[in-house]
Amino acid sequence: MKRTWLPLAATIAVFVALFGVGGALYNHFLSSLVLGDILDDNAFLIIAAIGANFVILSGGIDLSIGSMIGFVGVVMAKLDAFGWHPLASAAVMIVFGAGFGACQGLIIDFCEIQPFIVTLAGLFLLRGACFMVTLDSLPLRHPFVSDFAAVALPLPGGGFLASSALAMFAALAVAVVIAHKTSFGANVYAMGGDRTSAALMGVPIRATTVKVYALGGLYSAFGGVIYALYTSSGYPLAGSGAELSAIAAVVLGGTLLTGGIGLVVGALFGGMILGLIATLINFNGSLNGAWIMISSGVLLFVFIVMQRALVGSLTPRSAS
Amino acid sequence: MTARIEIVAAAKTYPGVRALDDVDFHVAAGEVHALLGENGAGKSTLIKIMTGAATADAGELRLDGRPMRFASPADARAAGVGAVYQEVNLVPTLTVTENLALGRLPRRFGLVDWRAARVQARLRLRKLGVEIDVERPLGVYSIAIQQLVAIARALDEDTSVLVLDEPTASLDAAETARLLDIVRELKGQGLAIVFISHFLDQVYAIADRLTVLRNGRRVGVGTPQEIPPAKLVPLMLGRELEAVERARAAGQTHTGEPILVAQGLGKTRVMAPFDLTLHPGEAVGLSGLLGAGRTESAKLIFGALRADSGSLKIAGEKINPSPRASLARGIAFCPEDRKAEGIFAELSIRENIAIALQSKRGWLKALSRAEQDRLASEMIEALGIATPDAEKPVGQLSGGNQQKAVLARALVSDPRVLILDEPTRGIDVGAHAEIVALIRRLAGQGLAVLVASSELEELIAVSDRVAVLRDRAFVGELSGADINQQTIMRTIAAP
Repeated sequence: MKRTWLPLAATIAVFVALFGVGGALYNHFLSSLVLGDILDDNAFLIIAAIGANFVILSGGIDLSIGSMIGFVGVVMAKLDAFGWHPLASAAVMIVFGAGFGACQGLIIDFCEIQPFIVTLAGLFLLRGACFMVTLDSLPLRHPFVSDFAAVALPLPGGGFLASSALAMFAALAVAVVIAHKTSFGANVYAMGGDRTSAALMGVPIRATTVKVYALGGLYSAFGGVIYALYTSSGYPLAGSGAELSAIAAVVLGGTLLTGGIGLVVGALFGGMILGLIATLINFNGSLNGAWIMISSGVLLFVFIVMQRALVGSLTPRSAS
Repeated sequence: MTARIEIVAAAKTYPGVRALDDVDFHVAAGEVHALLGENGAGKSTLIKIMTGAATADAGELRLDGRPMRFASPADARAAGVGAVYQEVNLVPTLTVTENLALGRLPRRFGLVDWRAARVQARLRLRKLGVEIDVERPLGVYSIAIQQLVAIARALDEDTSVLVLDEPTASLDAAETARLLDIVRELKGQGLAIVFISHFLDQVYAIADRLTVLRNGRRVGVGTPQEIPPAKLVPLMLGRELEAVERARAAGQTHTGEPILVAQGLGKTRVMAPFDLTLHPGEAVGLSGLLGAGRTESAKLIFGALRADSGSLKIAGEKINPSPRASLARGIAFCPEDRKAEGIFAELSIRENIAIALQSKRGWLKALSRAEQDRLASEMIEALGIATPDAEKPVGQLSGGNQQKAVLARALVSDPRVLILDEPTRGIDVGAHAEIVALIRRLAGQGLAVLVASSELEELIAVSDRVAVLRDRAFVGELSGADINQQTIMRTIAAP
């Protein structure tokens, strides 16, 4: 299915260029080791961004992502203390995430409330719940956690894909199929493109809304699982602000914030660009960490302006 | 002749409005049946009933003789009734294929088979003679192509009735000709087609039969030969029954320095260039059928629509029309849809008046509360607005009083030219007469008034001159004794 590949192509070009800049500046930067690290470090964020991408494509927004990541972590750590296997608690939390998302979607559609407000409430609710579970950082002690961390797929050039990166790719593959090979995916694009027309064309608006937020919740919960395993702990402040990073990754990945235009794989490259910027600045060593956010901000600006131009080209309306 | 789709004695009431009253309508296979009527005649309601967007309170809908009941547009579609609207109801960001396939995606092994969808999309479009890249987003194509894609979507193998609601409204002449050709071809294939257009030439070019609605009732049905334009216009406007000519104040001819001169003002695709002159103290009417360009002319003069040809002079000064420039030079505009464009319904009369004045004065020179109160009560008295006090939200007033509040807002800035678009739309008879008298009085005080209206009686009562419009062009100007219903309608209908 040919869609507007232009923004994604730009994203990939930016990624390659940044990577090249890193290679020119620092020895050993241009390696599969760095690439594997970026993927490993940002896997949880990219997973959450994949879910956010669906929500944004449908014309909505989900602010509860970061709190979901934190909540999943503390609950898993708590259950770990009760002797649960992390896979069992992960399964429970992923179901919880999907259910929580579905509730948000239902409220948004049924009560006709802006998704911003509903998911903002979700943000507060889940963050508060984190503190109800624990005020401190709790460790995940189950042996599975270290087994999980030990899994790695070697890459040519000495690097490797860690288990979290592998999980992320699996999540991405499923998402690509959902987006581009199911009628639900087509409905999401239609709804984000023009809600009224979509409804007239027979798109089930309520079911699609509920499903898309459920999917968003599921992916952010899965991101939370990966984050908990990656850090082998649950911390009530974990994932603070991750929703904004996820949205940034989605936008950098070429998805229009107003919905309807974008590709699911965009979230991968958007998330990797954010990770790459952080890595570049860390490599430098002398630069203040604040530059990570500043560079990300500048890049976002550039992308938004570029997208604006793209949207203009899609509406020739009065072209004579 | 057997009818493919048939509506018998349909009635529909919305709160306060009898939208349809005992209307019969039937379309045979291989027939193009035009549905005609002014705003509020009941066309949309009838279409909604046919396409499942509304259900009738009474009456029966039959398809090929079988009684049907459509609970939703999907029901109607499944039964073979397709519809295409003036606004292309497709998603511009989706590809052409997706737009055509959505809701009936072909599947293979449980997953969407886009290859098959593309093949089907090309096939559907080819039937209409359209060869485009179905992989590109719909939004990159012209409205004409989008309209054809919408038609392709409405046409299934089992579609037997096609409703086209103002399909040519945004098309140019060549595109319209192509669309009409396609309609003829579909008719040849045995489809029953309902065609709605305010372009009478298109209606006469394509229709086999006409049905005319007015105020929710069927007032005429027949072939184009039986209902020629000269007969159609009175039917639509409903004057043949009310032959009583209103006694009207003799129109005066105004000479001297005009306050407003439009020369060759126009906008491509919207309004052919026209000339119009307004003198102080003169009331000029704009008459024409729905879609003739009344509102567009008014907006071009005010600057709410940007003209791409011609010039506008106000009091001898040549200006580049824009709402800001017009307001600054004392031109006030009261739009047709007062709820959407004219008034802040939640704000009180006083606040609405204050906003108009304040924006003219600039925000630094605040209008004192006492001053606001004084102006508001002055206006309430001068215009006879029925309200307990100036603090009542405008939205809670009756239609007539809302319109007066709109007028008050326009008048408080002491304009020299007042442009009114449908000043009596949706208000009751008593208030109607009051507004008409008010307009006359304002003109008598030296204001130049331009009134665009679909109501002939109203125009005849207020106008010193009447400009007649047809199909987005000025086609005549009447003054003096010529301002009567027969002459105006003849001018509207004249080929």
